[in-house]
Amino acid sequence: MTTDITSIDATQEMLEQQNYICGRALATVVFLALKLNRPLFLEGEAGVGKTEIAKAISAALGRRLIRLQCYEGLDASSAVYEWNFPAQMVAIRTAEAEGVEDRDELKTEVFSEEFLIRRPLLEAMSPHVEGPPVLLIDELDRTDEPFEAFLLEALSDFQVTIPELGTIRAPEPPIVIITSNRTREVHDALKRRCLYHWVDYPDFERELEILHARVPEASESLSREIVAFVQQLRTEDLFKKPGVAETIDWAKCLLALDAVQLSPQVIADTLGAILKYQDDIAKLQGSEAARVLAEAKASAGMAD
Amino acid sequence: MVQFADLPVPADGKFVANITHFARALRKAGLPVGTGRVMDAIRAVQVAGFTDKRDFFWTLHACFVSRPEHRLVFAQVFRLYWRDPQYLEHMMALMLPAIRGVQQERPAEAAEKRAAEALLDGAEAEVPEQAEEDGTGIEVDASLTYSGQEVLKSLDFEQMSTAEMAEAKRMIARIALPVKPLASRRTAPSARGRIADWRGTMRKAMRSGGEIRALSMQQRRIRWPNLVALCDISGSMSAYSRAVLHFLHAASNARGAGWAQVHSFTFGTRLTNITRHLKQRDVDAALAAAGAEAQDWEGGTRIGECLHAFNRDWSRRVLGQGAVVLLITDGLDRDAPERLSAEMQRLQLSAKKVIWLNPLLRWDGFAPKARGIREMLPNVDSFRAGHNIASLEALADALTRPDDMGEKARLMAMMGEA
Repeated sequence: MTTDITSIDATQEMLEQQNYICGRALATVVFLALKLNRPLFLEGEAGVGKTEIAKAISAALGRRLIRLQCYEGLDASSAVYEWNFPAQMVAIRTAEAEGVEDRDELKTEVFSEEFLIRRPLLEAMSPHVEGPPVLLIDELDRTDEPFEAFLLEALSDFQVTIPELGTIRAPEPPIVIITSNRTREVHDALKRRCLYHWVDYPDFERELEILHARVPEASESLSREIVAFVQQLRTEDLFKKPGVAETIDWAKCLLALDAVQLSPQVIADTLGAILKYQDDIAKLQGSEAARVLAEAKASAGMAD
Repeated sequence: MVQFADLPVPADGKFVANITHFARALRKAGLPVGTGRVMDAIRAVQVAGFTDKRDFFWTLHACFVSRPEHRLVFAQVFRLYWRDPQYLEHMMALMLPAIRGVQQERPAEAAEKRAAEALLDGAEAEVPEQAEEDGTGIEVDASLTYSGQEVLKSLDFEQMSTAEMAEAKRMIARIALPVKPLASRRTAPSARGRIADWRGTMRKAMRSGGEIRALSMQQRRIRWPNLVALCDISGSMSAYSRAVLHFLHAASNARGAGWAQVHSFTFGTRLTNITRHLKQRDVDAALAAAGAEAQDWEGGTRIGECLHAFNRDWSRRVLGQGAVVLLITDGLDRDAPERLSAEMQRLQLSAKKVIWLNPLLRWDGFAPKARGIREMLPNVDSFRAGHNIASLEALADALTRPDDMGEKARLMAMMGEA
């Protein structure tokens, strides 16, 4: 392996430098994925930083990030490669106008790499000067099962075959991060090839660190209040619990409003930044927000 | 989450044997751990080293766990095993029957609670009349009782195979569940399409040496929505839920044009996702697996609680892209009615269409008197019977006609009068 990461501590530090604060558990699997050249399979609620980790790894290692966003009906022409037909056409017309007679030569010319549109998977298999790229396969659960099977094949050999060009094989396997929101179970065969990790909501200290790293302009006391409130909110019975992304958004909202500390009024005005469903917002109307705030302060050991 | 306090990690070189044994313990506890994973784990531990118990935990975790529900099992086995491997062996022997055996084989409180009582829920005065008018009412009494306790019972599907049921199953397996496709944003080549496909035109022209002979056309692709079935398997529903599961199995395995994905859940006192099990080709194997997974067969009903669990854990995941919800229950619930109403609203808001199949509707004298039914009815799009094969076939109509309400309008009017 070309990465010079030697330990779990180094991995954690490396991610921290990219402002990605993660627990020991996540650092361990990232380290193993880098060391063992295994794809990393991440599941978890929306907004806990699954996609972010790929960005952090690529930035830290100075590798290119190649993202394959999955959706229903994703096919090989948008995931692997496609021929650039208009460009081929122009090339043929030009050749005709110039009076090129040799058909074979023309054929090899128009089916060369120059006319190949590389989609994420092929791009990830191609050589890169800075080293193997980070391939992020985002929301895999959104595709259909046939594509999953195809991916399984591509990920086990790290090669794709283009009939006109032959087999393209990755000189070094890319670092693969697969994320899933778990709308359906991904097949065990694919999971078996990967290292698995369930990304959970961070605890108070960790989330505070994240907030410090991401919104450094927020004061210490405000940050503590925000994190305590969000942590308390996650224990409430909500339809959609706020993720870390929401915490960060909310902190930015509060800063924009020049709020120095949380009050029921401020919370009521900005609740839309953390809760995205009307039912959930309705639950925190009136005295409820004050109650959650009081409980949050109590559990974080803050004076009122 | 996990206590790491007393975990002496063996410092000797026997860790390969230890990990192999540990894997066996995990397998016994129900985790799908193959030899490949054991080898991965050994390699991973070699790379990560033994420096820290916590790292050791997460290293093995990354290799052996592949589903969120396995995390807790893993943590427990890990704690027990690395404290004393032999101790665990003993524990496994003791634990397994303990897990399976706590439940008493408790027969449903047969006719103690009469169907009519459950149905009318508080309006006892009418009970005798109802029973006399409707000759069939008494026969089904026994199947309409519900008990509040969760009866942890693993169901044996073998008992189903009577001649009529076998025939019914064959018929159920043939019922097609047509669905109206949705127009997608994406396009597909089509001779009759009305949108020019420039890329396709070029590709065709390549074959004739760059000569454009005719325009290739494309049209909007169509896609099929998801079907989400929530099937009540409580005691009062047992006669129907089996038939319905056969029906869901047929829908899950239908090939060709049909639902994009069929997600199936069962609920009684708790919600269980049985989608994976129903995907098995063989219907008996599929239902046996589903039966083993759902532990609350023929127990009580907590509809509000289970819908809440569905809304919280699954609705955002499976109800996207125009999903249709099929709710199969008799609506006899003991939970607080306000909660049921709120959860039903949430469900209807999240789904494109909610169809309620209620086997009680087969009675002519059926009236929405039970509290649970009164709370749920306003929040469904269509209300239909679901007690025989004909009614399942009629479901096809409900799915193809967007404005189909079934019996809802009639019953809502009855509710208004009362």
